[in-house]
Amino acid sequence: MGINLCGGAMSITYDTQPPQLSGIGFARWIWRQLTSMRTALALLLLLAVASIPGSIFPQRSQNPLKVNEYYGTNPGLAKWLDRLSLFNVYSSPWFSAIYILLFISLIGCVLPRTWEHFKSARALPPMTPKNLERLEEFHEIKGSQSESDLLALAESVLRKRRYRIRKLPDSIGAEKGFIRETGNLLFHLSLILLLIGVAFGSLGGMRADVIVSEGETFTNVATSYDSLSTGTLFSIDDIPPFAITVKKFQAKYDLVTNAPLDYQLEVSVVDKPGSPSRNEIVKVNKPLTFNATRVYLQANGYSPIVTVRNKNGEVVLRGPIPFLPQDGNLTSTGAIKVPDMEPQLGFVAKFLPTAERTADRGGFSTYPEALKPLLDLAAWSGDLGLDSGIPQSVYRINTEKLTQIGLAALAPGDTWTLPGGVGSITFDGFTPWVNLQLVRDPGKNYSLMGAILILLGLLVSLFGRRHRIWVRVRSSDGATIVHVAGLTRSPGLDEEIKSLVEVLEKDLKSEGEREI
Amino acid sequence: MTKSDWAFLSNDLIYASMAVCAIAFLIFAYELAWSIRIGEAKTTLSRRKKVLRIAQALTILYFLILLSGVIARGISAGRAPWGNMYEFSITGAMAFTFAYLIASVKFDVQWLGILITFSSLLTLGTAVTLLYVPSAPLVPALKSTWLVIHVSAAIISGGVFLLANCIAGAYLILEQIERKREGIRPAWALRLPKLETLDQLSYRLVALVFPLWTFAVIAGAIWAEAAWGRYWGWDPKETWAFITWVGYAAYLHARVTAGWKGRRAAWLCLIAGSTFLFNYIYINIWGTGKHTYSGL
Repeated sequence: MGINLCGGAMSITYDTQPPQLSGIGFARWIWRQLTSMRTALALLLLLAVASIPGSIFPQRSQNPLKVNEYYGTNPGLAKWLDRLSLFNVYSSPWFSAIYILLFISLIGCVLPRTWEHFKSARALPPMTPKNLERLEEFHEIKGSQSESDLLALAESVLRKRRYRIRKLPDSIGAEKGFIRETGNLLFHLSLILLLIGVAFGSLGGMRADVIVSEGETFTNVATSYDSLSTGTLFSIDDIPPFAITVKKFQAKYDLVTNAPLDYQLEVSVVDKPGSPSRNEIVKVNKPLTFNATRVYLQANGYSPIVTVRNKNGEVVLRGPIPFLPQDGNLTSTGAIKVPDMEPQLGFVAKFLPTAERTADRGGFSTYPEALKPLLDLAAWSGDLGLDSGIPQSVYRINTEKLTQIGLAALAPGDTWTLPGGVGSITFDGFTPWVNLQLVRDPGKNYSLMGAILILLGLLVSLFGRRHRIWVRVRSSDGATIVHVAGLTRSPGLDEEIKSLVEVLEKDLKSEGEREI
Repeated sequence: MTKSDWAFLSNDLIYASMAVCAIAFLIFAYELAWSIRIGEAKTTLSRRKKVLRIAQALTILYFLILLSGVIARGISAGRAPWGNMYEFSITGAMAFTFAYLIASVKFDVQWLGILITFSSLLTLGTAVTLLYVPSAPLVPALKSTWLVIHVSAAIISGGVFLLANCIAGAYLILEQIERKREGIRPAWALRLPKLETLDQLSYRLVALVFPLWTFAVIAGAIWAEAAWGRYWGWDPKETWAFITWVGYAAYLHARVTAGWKGRRAAWLCLIAGSTFLFNYIYINIWGTGKHTYSGL
């Protein structure tokens, strides 16, 4: 059974059975199998199918909480899904295997074809086939002009239509639409460029998050990040040495639906130590750019400002503490940890920008702006467990070795004297925080270029028309017989040939009339 | 006029367009029933053609009313009317009808009118009953010029893909009928185009709009890079846009390179089209991810 290799102009047939060869022969057979267009297409379809589970099961890369939830409801199933990497589909070994094979297959398929195309760019149109009758759009006309005149006429007509011509003694071959295959190859080569951009970006890239309260300055060094993930080729030297001061953050909300309308962040930026600062405005669709690194405004919340005093009235903790938003109205939870006391103090806390309280829900916020701010506190005393060596979340308190000593709800300015005379806590106020996401993607420009060229190649290959036309003349019994036929993969050949035949017929007729 | 006046006007226009569309559908259906009953007898042909012309005129009227409804919605919200599923649906029905009207200038596709009006009614009916949300401004992530570029490209390609799907579906049904009756069509189907024409038409529509779909995906990626910090994150919507892209790419390859035609090609076209519908309906409503904005 023969298979059209790469489906191109050159068709090579081969056996689908592996040959009885060892070593190089077998390797070559594998290579040819892998780089056939059929395989490339199958791999592309497989990639599409393989990406489906990632849209069905929650993904760690997008929503780790949902994955934990899944573990909670279906622990047995989740374990097996995890073994099959179904929570990390797009970085799983099997997904990677498919796209790496696709990548190799594409290269093996397209590069040789590009070389063939390059060579044939300088070649003449193909020789005239023996039996034009068997081709598409075959026409036969008869006349009495000399063969050479007719051929010259056909040639001039076709040249005017920008065909390339091969002249043969009794016929001409014409070809047009070289650009179609050029577009086709450009499309496939650009796919490779896109994949290179993706690979380059994930290998040399990094992604980091940092929470900055209003008034604070963030200096871009690896130790300031709250979280950081990097590609294997990323080096710490790639981090640009800028600093960002968060001057003001403003959020506007719809009074009816509570939906956010606009976020605006005013910052002052220093590109590197010693350079002058400049003011910038960051919005959701307008990140800050430092070469390949961009800084995005990703989330926002509130940091209550508290002062904690010990029993002697000395300040043991003061400052803004970022809380995590739990809903669209920014009901925020957090933890206030006071390790420098004996015994240690901890507050499990809830910040409500616009406070409301019901019996079944407890305290919650009804609007994301701070119209009626309230800080709900549960005070715990004992051992915070910070010295155990196990890393703790800054938003949560492990109450295992703590005992609850009291509950309170504070408005800004309120002070709560803790039961047992251990000290006091004052709710001084609050300040907004923003989550800045730093993303470095050194490959994205290649991907973009690849994407644009993909589109260009696609347009050219879909709308470029490739035609081959042959004209043969021969005399028989004193008359000249003209055969015209063509070959195409695109529509429009029939009209092209019809109009050529019309021109030739007209010429034949007029010639005949003159003779009379 | 205030913004809420425009919003009410838009609602009225959408309802009006549905009424006109329903009448057009009934006339298309009447004409079809007529032809099934008495066949393609010459005596009634010209009268039936007149009826068809009335239905077609009503379809144009329906389209114009819908168009003004969509524009009024945009004015009331102070932005391009493509911020939620209700707006996608009314614009989608509009794009779909527009694709049909444009196609009917060049090709003989009036036989599709009954399908077009029916699916438009279905889409608009779902939109006004299940998907309706009051006209409102956009969340910050959607405030971008890319909204207009990305969403319009996606809606137009979606409309044309679905039209191509209707034609592929019609092909499959007709092909089945012809096969059962050994190549002879029932009377009512005589005026429908030849099978080859349907086959070619659905292919041409897909080939025409595939670059636009590619552009919609690329524009989405450029926008995502600015709004979400990455150009591709396998968000469910992105994943299914990719699957649709691969589906139609496979379809075009199968046709151009492997020479697929007829039934196999029509099925492939339907499969690719159903991934688009799945993406639009399932992922928007039940999916999770960055493309699902609260309240549809």
